[in-house]
Amino acid sequence: MRGTLSDRSGAALLMAPLLIFLVLAYAWPFLGVVKWSFTLPTPGLGQYHALLTDDLVQSVFIRTLRIAAIVTLVSVTAAYAITVVWVRGSTVQRVLAEFCILVPFWISVLTRAFGWVALLSNRGLINTWLQSIGFISEPLTLVRNEFGVIVGMSHFLIPFAVFPLASAMRSLDERVLLAARGLGSSRMRTFWTVFVPMTRSGIIGSAMITFVFSLGFFVTPAILGGGRSVMIAELIYLRIFQSPDWGLGAAISVVLVVFVGALMALLFRYVKPKQLV
Amino acid sequence: MQQPGRAAEIKANGIGKSFGSFRALDNLSLDIGRGEFLTLLGPSGSGKTTFLMILAGFVQPSEGRLFSDGVDITDRPAEQRAAGMVFQGYALFPHMSVEQNIAFPLKVRKKSAAEIKSRVGEMIERVGLKGHEKKLPAQLSGGQQQRVALARALVFEPGVLLLDEPFSALDKSLRGQMQAEMKRLHQETGTTFVFVTHDQSEALALSSRVAIFNHGKLLQVGRPDEVYDRPANRFVAEFLGEINMLPVKGVRPADHGATGLCEDRAVNMRCRAEAIKGDAILAIRPEDMSIAPEASVNENGIAATAVASTYLGAATKLDLTTRQGAKVTVSVPNEVAAAALSKGNSVWLTWPAEKGFLLPDGG
Repeated sequence: MRGTLSDRSGAALLMAPLLIFLVLAYAWPFLGVVKWSFTLPTPGLGQYHALLTDDLVQSVFIRTLRIAAIVTLVSVTAAYAITVVWVRGSTVQRVLAEFCILVPFWISVLTRAFGWVALLSNRGLINTWLQSIGFISEPLTLVRNEFGVIVGMSHFLIPFAVFPLASAMRSLDERVLLAARGLGSSRMRTFWTVFVPMTRSGIIGSAMITFVFSLGFFVTPAILGGGRSVMIAELIYLRIFQSPDWGLGAAISVVLVVFVGALMALLFRYVKPKQLV
Repeated sequence: MQQPGRAAEIKANGIGKSFGSFRALDNLSLDIGRGEFLTLLGPSGSGKTTFLMILAGFVQPSEGRLFSDGVDITDRPAEQRAAGMVFQGYALFPHMSVEQNIAFPLKVRKKSAAEIKSRVGEMIERVGLKGHEKKLPAQLSGGQQQRVALARALVFEPGVLLLDEPFSALDKSLRGQMQAEMKRLHQETGTTFVFVTHDQSEALALSSRVAIFNHGKLLQVGRPDEVYDRPANRFVAEFLGEINMLPVKGVRPADHGATGLCEDRAVNMRCRAEAIKGDAILAIRPEDMSIAPEASVNENGIAATAVASTYLGAATKLDLTTRQGAKVTVSVPNEVAAAALSKGNSVWLTWPAEKGFLLPDGG
């Protein structure tokens, strides 16, 4: 008992610098943002009322939720396929999958966004190629719209979606899969009725991480959306830096943080933090 | 209720399996009879589990053929073999209720909802899980999970049930209970049971025949009393229970058996000794030896000195050393041990001629 106690206080002591840093760098300034949302330009709930009535803010909120939902679906599905290969494939497949998962982490988000512009723009690689083989006559609009944003964001988020899934698949008891086959279930049926349900916690964790990350995305939508499909983070930026409307920007920030906090609380009711890595 | 006629008859013909340079199974041939309860017994790494996995279709043999009711099933995938299987640790589907677990093999076989309902209900009743239908495996005790695993493996009336050390996680009293239950299920279903264990008492208690494995080889197959009383070699003799090994010199055939010199005294043996001439090992189970107050000319016997005694409740175990240094263990009634020890540590060990068997020297 005493051992546990000193272990705990030891761990708390080791965690303290991080905690202090988080409080000073995030929590304290954020309290300032909260204060702005209630005081600028005049004290009161005016900005929150504006949030409820402002059509632009609402359409950006809805677009953000929609894009986040689609990106989550795309990323988790793709990540699931990649993770199956990574965790259960042959040695060559594993190495290849690992390479594909880890390499994107070393390339800056900015570089990747511009990379997608080069691929997707009207005179980009994809359109030029499709036109050269005569498949299309006019270039497809693949960028500066929601499609481009979804492609870029999914590409960025897939590696993050992989880890909770890999953790769930690694902890799965191989014998349960053998049991299913021994009882007469085909490989396909075993995958859908046993393997996928048994990795449920990984799917939830993966979807939550992707969704929460998507809500706060800034650089990728700003570049690939070309100012046409503005997401919530970009809207906050515009309110704070390009218009004197600090109060509204602050109120949107507060709503976003509260929403994300609620999602995380919901997530941890179903999944233990250690299942996410 | 299954007709015994549906139980499968399995024939393994020269089965071998190599994992890289490791030889897991070597040239194994074995007939498993219809409705038989066969135990595969051996230490870990002996090849018994590999053979079970080959029977199930999870492992492909490197050589040999496997037949079920005369049909070659060597290349048939596991899902088409229709063998029921109970895994070590049960391998229940953690996201399905007891009912759903048991219904799984029937759903896979596309049985009607009504049939699934009635057969699952019957199976739940039979394994004593009534009232637990809606629970998840994690909400059940080890013994209950075991019952679900058995019910799930038997509900589709497989021709053969394969069991991989199913009782290894249970405590001793529960294990005894489950063994009795499994014996009952075997009689009720009439299915062929193939059971893997490393526990020799479990093997002897349950099976109609025991197959003993070591280092990838099948050493002996026979009824429990056959392998216990007439082991084919020293490994089988020692693996099936404690046994005393006494060197015997000058073995030669005699009336009703063989005769030879043990610790310079003539001993008679009822066992056959055709293959053995000269020096050999006489193997005798501890419970077949007793302690006599003095030497008798008509009985086999040697002098020994008690070095330790262990009170076991029902009996006393005595560790002794013979004059020529062989170590012997006997299990005798408590009062016999007490009486023998009260007169000093020197005692006279005897055994009837019909007990014990000869093994080749060094084998």
